[in-house]
Amino acid sequence: MKYVDEFRDPAAARNLAASIRAEIHPDRDYRFMEFCGGHTHALCRFGLEDLLPGNIRMIHGPGCPVCVLPTGRLDMAISLALSHPDVILCTYGDLMRVPASKGDTLRGAKARGADIRMIYSPAQAVDIAAANPDRQVVFMAIGFETTTPPTAASILAAEAKRLTNFTVLCNHVLTPAAIDAIMTTADGATGAQLDGFIGPGNVSTIIGAEPYEAASETWHKPIVISGFEPNDLLQAILMLVRQVNRGETVVENAFARAVRPGGNTKAQDMCGRVFTIRNSFEWRGLGEIPGSALRLAPAYAAFDAEARFGIDYVSTPDHKACECAAILRGEKAPRECKVFATACTPEHPLGSCMVSPEGACAAHYLYGRFRKAPEPSPAAT
Amino acid sequence: MSDRRLFTRRIDLRKGHVELVHGAGGKASAQLFEELFRPAFSNPALDRGDDSACLTMEGGRIVVATDGHVVSPLFFPGGDIGSLAVHGTVNDLAMGGATPRHLTAGFILEEGFPFSDLKRIVDSMAAAAAEAGVTIVAGDTKVVERGKGDGIFITTTGLGILPADWPEPPGAHRARPGDVILVSGTLGDHGTTILAARDDLPLMAPIESDTAPLHGLVSALHAAAPGVRTLRDPTRGGFATAINEICRASGTGALVREPALPIRRPVEAACEILGVDPLYLANEGKLIAIVPPAEADAALAALKSHPLGADAAIVGEIVADEDCFVQVETVMGGRRMLDWLVGDPLPRIC
Repeated sequence: MKYVDEFRDPAAARNLAASIRAEIHPDRDYRFMEFCGGHTHALCRFGLEDLLPGNIRMIHGPGCPVCVLPTGRLDMAISLALSHPDVILCTYGDLMRVPASKGDTLRGAKARGADIRMIYSPAQAVDIAAANPDRQVVFMAIGFETTTPPTAASILAAEAKRLTNFTVLCNHVLTPAAIDAIMTTADGATGAQLDGFIGPGNVSTIIGAEPYEAASETWHKPIVISGFEPNDLLQAILMLVRQVNRGETVVENAFARAVRPGGNTKAQDMCGRVFTIRNSFEWRGLGEIPGSALRLAPAYAAFDAEARFGIDYVSTPDHKACECAAILRGEKAPRECKVFATACTPEHPLGSCMVSPEGACAAHYLYGRFRKAPEPSPAAT
Repeated sequence: MSDRRLFTRRIDLRKGHVELVHGAGGKASAQLFEELFRPAFSNPALDRGDDSACLTMEGGRIVVATDGHVVSPLFFPGGDIGSLAVHGTVNDLAMGGATPRHLTAGFILEEGFPFSDLKRIVDSMAAAAAEAGVTIVAGDTKVVERGKGDGIFITTTGLGILPADWPEPPGAHRARPGDVILVSGTLGDHGTTILAARDDLPLMAPIESDTAPLHGLVSALHAAAPGVRTLRDPTRGGFATAINEICRASGTGALVREPALPIRRPVEAACEILGVDPLYLANEGKLIAIVPPAEADAALAALKSHPLGADAAIVGEIVADEDCFVQVETVMGGRRMLDWLVGDPLPRIC
C-alpha cells in the first residue's frame, strides 16, 4: 500500500533499531510516554517493544478519547437517550461498550429500547436529523483536537440547513492541557518519571507543533511529534534518545509529511467560531483540569444538548478495584492492576482503558498477554 | 398440477410484494411454492410437494450442518444472500470432510418484500446449488409483519456423506504441536465487501465477496494430504477467531507469520481506512487447513493447483502452549498476540 509500506519496511526498521541500540547509554533508563492511544496501539500491534533495548521504557499516555471520558458523562448520554423517546443518540462505535455507572453501557441502553445509532462521521448525524424532523438528534461528540473539526463542521452544516432538531453533547478535550496535567505529577515520588514525550500525530495535524513549545520549555522535556506507522515511531524514539543524550529539550516534528508548524488554520478557525473553552472538565484518571475541554460558544448555544435538555454533569467514582486512573497518568502498567485480565477483560471491561484497542489495558490484553514475565513497575525501574 | 385452475391470477414476480398471506400456509403459500420455489429448485424429492423429503444416501457416514443467513445488504459485489445461504452450509459440510448432497431452506420474509428481489435471490440459490451439486429438497416459508424482519432471512440445513477415505473426520481438536497451518487464499474479502457495500460507507475499491463452495477444494487437498487434521472456514470472526477456536479445542497454541498471510491490496487499504483488521473479517470461500508437517508441501501444491486455492499459503504452525495463545510474528519482526474477536469489529475513531 503506497504511503504505508514505506513506513513499515522491515529493513528500515532494523536500521532504526540498530541506531537506537548504538546510541543509547547502557547505564541509564529512557522513559518515554507516547501520549496518543494510536501510538500505543501501533507499538503493541507491531510488537515494536521487541525491537527496543530493555532500558527504553514506553509508558502509555492518556490519549485515548474513550479512556479519558469520565463515567458521569456517559451516564448523561444514557439517561438522555432512555428518558427522551424522541431522541436519536448518535455516536462513534468505540463508545458503545464503555462501562457507565452500575455496569450499564450505551449498547445495553440500546437493547432496552433507546434509539442509539453508531455513526462514522458527524455528517451522518446531520443527515439523520434532516431525515427525521419529528425527532431530536443528539450527537455524542468525543475526542481530542482531531475529531473536533468534524463536529464543528456538522454544527455549521446543521445551521446552514436550518435544522432545529440537531444538538451536540460536547465532550471534546484539549491535548496541551492534559500534557500539563500529567507533568505536574510526573516528576513526583510516585510519578511516571518521564524523559520525553512522543507527541500526538493526528492532533498535531490540526493544532500544529507550536502548542507543545510551552510544555517543553516549562517542564524541560523533549517532545517529538510522530506518525502512526512503526518506522515513524522508531524514528521518533531515536530522536528522543538523541535529545536526552545531548541534554536538549526541544519540540521536533518527525511527522512533517502531515503536520505543519501552524497546523490546519482552516480547522482552527472553524472550531474557534463554534466552540469556547470550558472553565474546567473532569478527565478520567486525571481529575478536573482547568481549561481542558470545549463547549458550544454562546452564538451556537442552540446546538448545545446540555442546554436543550437541561442536563447537568454529576461526577461518578470509578470502580474501586480499577487502576485506570494511575495507568492513565503513566504511574502504573496494566499488569499491575489486580483486575487486569481477571475481572476486567475486553468482554467485560471494568475500566475504560480496557474498552478501546487504543486503551493501554486493551492493547496489552489483546496483543501482549502472551508475555509471561510481569512488567516491573514504571516507578520502580 | 395445473396452477391456473387453482390460482386465479399468477403472482406478479416483477412488481408484486410479499404479503402476510404468503406465509399463512393456505392457498397463497401454495401458490408461492408452485410459481417461485418449485420451478427454481425442481427435483423429484421437492416436486412431490410434501412437507418432508425421503432420501436415499449411500456411501458413508451422514454429516449434517445448519446455518442462518441475515446478511445486509442482501446483494453485494460477488454474491447475494441466496448464494451465501447455499455456500455457508455447503462449506460447513465440506469442513467436516463431507460431500454435500442435499439442502433444506427456511425463508423468513418481511411483509412488503419485493417479489423481484425474492426471485433474484431464489434464482441465485438455485444456480449456487447446481454449481455445488446439491439439491434443495425441502423448505418452509414464513412471513413476518413489516418492521419485524430485515427483508429476508434464510436458514439452510445440509446433508452430506463422509467418504470412507476419512477414517476419522477432520476436527479442530485434532491439531497437534508441529502441525502446519495453511490458508487457501486471500483473507477478509467478504467482510470488506460487506462493509464497503453498506449504504452509509461508500468506498471506491474493486473488492468482491469470495463466496464459493469449498468441497471440491477439500477433495483435492485430502487426496494430496490424507493426514489433514483440521479444516475450518473462517467466516464470522475471520481468520483470527477460527485459529483461536482450533487452538482452544486442541489445547495448543499457534505461531503465525504475518508477512505470509495473503491479503489483497485493496482489502488491506480499505481496512486501513476503516480502522478494522482484515484478520477479523469474514470469508465465505476460504479455508484454514491444519496438516502434519510431512504433508505440508503436498497440501500447499494441491491447494494452489485448484482454481479456488491459487493464493494459498503456509502461514504458520501449531505450537505447544497450555494457555492456547495465538502469537503473530509481525512484519517488523516483533511478536504480538492474535486474540479472539471481542464484540463487533468496530472502527476506531482516530
